[in-house]
Amino acid sequence: MGIAIKMPALSPTMEEGTLAKWLVKEGDEVKSGDILAEIETDKATMEFEAVDEGQIGKIMIAEGTEGVKVGTVIAEMAGEGGEAAEAPAQQEEAPAPKADATAPKVEAPAKPEGGAAKLAAEFRPAVQDPAIPEGTEFVKTSVREALRDAMAEEMRKDERVFVMGEEVAEYQGAYKVTQGLLEEFGAKRVIDTPITEYGFAGIGTGAAMGGLRPIVEFMTFNFAMQAIDHIINSAAKTNYMSGGQMRCPVVFRGPNGAASRVAAQHSQNYGPWYASVPGLIVIAPYDAADAKGLLKAAIRSEDPVVFLENELVYGRSFDMPKLDDYVLPIGKARIVKAGKDVTLVSYSIGVGLALDAAQALAEEGIDAEVIDLRTLRPLDTATVLESLKKTNRIVVVEEGWPTCSIASEIAAVVMEKGFDDLDAPVLRVTNEDVPLPYAANLEKAALIDAGRVVAAARKVCYK
Amino acid sequence: MAKPTTPRPSRAKAKAAAPAAGADHNRPRPETPTDYKASKEELLEFYRQMVLIRRFEEKAGQLYGLGLIGGFCHLYIGQEAVAVGIQSALTPGKDSVITGYRDHGHMLAYGIDPKVIMAELTGREAGISKGKGGSMHMFSVEHKFYGGHGIVGAQVSLGAGLGFAHKYNDDGGVCVAYFGDGAANQGQVYESFNMAELWKLPIIFVIENNQYAMGTSVNRASSEDQLYRRGESFRIPGIQVDGMDVLAVRGATEEALKWVQGGNGPILLEMKTYRYRGHSMSDPAKYRSREEVQAMRDKSDPIEGVKKYLLEAGIGEDQIKQIDQDIRKQVSEAADFAETSPEPEMSELYTDVLVEQY
Repeated sequence: MGIAIKMPALSPTMEEGTLAKWLVKEGDEVKSGDILAEIETDKATMEFEAVDEGQIGKIMIAEGTEGVKVGTVIAEMAGEGGEAAEAPAQQEEAPAPKADATAPKVEAPAKPEGGAAKLAAEFRPAVQDPAIPEGTEFVKTSVREALRDAMAEEMRKDERVFVMGEEVAEYQGAYKVTQGLLEEFGAKRVIDTPITEYGFAGIGTGAAMGGLRPIVEFMTFNFAMQAIDHIINSAAKTNYMSGGQMRCPVVFRGPNGAASRVAAQHSQNYGPWYASVPGLIVIAPYDAADAKGLLKAAIRSEDPVVFLENELVYGRSFDMPKLDDYVLPIGKARIVKAGKDVTLVSYSIGVGLALDAAQALAEEGIDAEVIDLRTLRPLDTATVLESLKKTNRIVVVEEGWPTCSIASEIAAVVMEKGFDDLDAPVLRVTNEDVPLPYAANLEKAALIDAGRVVAAARKVCYK
Repeated sequence: MAKPTTPRPSRAKAKAAAPAAGADHNRPRPETPTDYKASKEELLEFYRQMVLIRRFEEKAGQLYGLGLIGGFCHLYIGQEAVAVGIQSALTPGKDSVITGYRDHGHMLAYGIDPKVIMAELTGREAGISKGKGGSMHMFSVEHKFYGGHGIVGAQVSLGAGLGFAHKYNDDGGVCVAYFGDGAANQGQVYESFNMAELWKLPIIFVIENNQYAMGTSVNRASSEDQLYRRGESFRIPGIQVDGMDVLAVRGATEEALKWVQGGNGPILLEMKTYRYRGHSMSDPAKYRSREEVQAMRDKSDPIEGVKKYLLEAGIGEDQIKQIDQDIRKQVSEAADFAETSPEPEMSELYTDVLVEQY
């Protein structure tokens, strides 16, 4: 009655190896930790240790044998008597983990531990764009104020919500988005951090794991590259890796995209980067009402959200419905302007340019429909495809690089799912494929403008 | 030039960081800890938990060799006294724990069922992460065990966040964030030290100095290799502890808890320990000699240490042997469970990506 000693897998990829040398012989007493043999893999020579105590019985594979498959019995060992733990039958029949060899023989597997079931019960169904009642007053509001109001309203409602970041408190926000929050909520909930993005993104993420609702402000998303490990590896993957047990309801927000004359390191659109990551929600609104309604939804979401703002839009004012609790659905695009001849798809600052282009096109007799994606992940492809059915033409307008962009993604989706509705190729109007230059004339040449959108729209309309 | 990698034989027992020249000598410092005075029952429990970890990890190594566990698998063998000594001092349900990828021992020391841990290692539906996390990514929110993190050093910032949440909620809890001598060189560790002290977060930073970051010894990687001093420039006091002695570990933890619960902010414990096995299962171990490993096993084994305490306390060999047998049975059952539980349903591929539907 022996315990089979099998050729071990010594690395994740090892399938076979060379039994280079036996360091024990038949009849030797060994204890746990003793080296039995040296085994050569394709990467290294490894020492193979005994796990159990006992006596080496028969050696079945001679040293120097090459190409010994993992799992081959290489020797037999007489186990320590009287301990049920080492039942030999089971040792020898240890099955490869195959899906079809899974008849449970021990007991019904336990449900995954802990709060998963409880948390699932807190599931909140998706909301729809709220209908704005007739007679609602509209107030001119800047995007900056809208974002601040969203945070303040959610902080009043939920004690777990707090804001942290560089200069968010005493300085009142590097771009004044958090103006007044310190005064109302105090230093416990409006927290100035040192300039240490990786660290405070980790602290915010950890606080979310610990049950709080952090809003982590990056002075700009360019600096979030120092923290991207926590956004992706810690925040986005936690729920999946834990089998739905551990939540990470954190909002990372701040300005994204090109500002004005700040050159390459401070001018980049990270929308496509984050939108490629499963487990994240990515929102990039344009106007004030969307900024407010979506930031409130982001703070309430159980999922980690990357909320991309735009410095050049902070100061623009829009009509804001005067409603008590204006929350918008995540993952729904909005038709900003209806039209029938061509669809202009955009998000963030690009929406303004698309609207300008639509106005110019109207003067030429082209009736453009403008769609604001608002959420980049999950992407509302249904609204885009529905519009395509009507216009049969799409131009994507994106203030960002062309390669592997949201525009590329829209083009792929339209090709896959709307091919028969297309009367012209999808065109992408994006920034030039270069780091953003400083010189005023070069910067202007590198960025999208309404004129380029008009030209592309004419082209797909064959005019 | 590389220095030889022999461990320092004089393992300082509870050495508190001396204030650097020019430092504020009047700053309060934690007391020098003393060895914990454990009752017979506590000693038995320490022994039981440490043997459970040892046997569990041996079994995991065995299952890895059989191809039942894939990917990376980092064993805790040799370091058992650290997790057991520290976590025995914590209050379950109040204090939180977070660690890196060498996480099996911390989970077992927190009383999490070995079956669901082993089933996670074999990638089965009954695993604690439904088979989707694996060895390095396991969590139990119920036990306030927050992982299980695969990126070296990430758990230190995340742990500071957990400490932040304790303070924010004023729940009296303390976070213990474990990391290794390798992670001790990551930049975010120091970003976190800075904010933790600045905001007086209730957190115990524990460096499990097992002397090798993969194959690189501490003195080949760290300009200040007395790692308990690493918090000094942030005013975080440090204590060096014999991490092979569970009573020294527990004693230091008591002192650390007193410090942190007293509102003094974070503290740093350097646990001098040793791993007998490779960094992960695919480690050819060419960076140290077998004699070095054997010497540690012979002279400093944490389990043999507790056994000695047990015998001194008048516990009979029979009782110890009975624990050994019970543990073998428990581990064997965990392995059976992990081998025979079904793999996850294919539908699980798409679940848990997001919590909500949009």
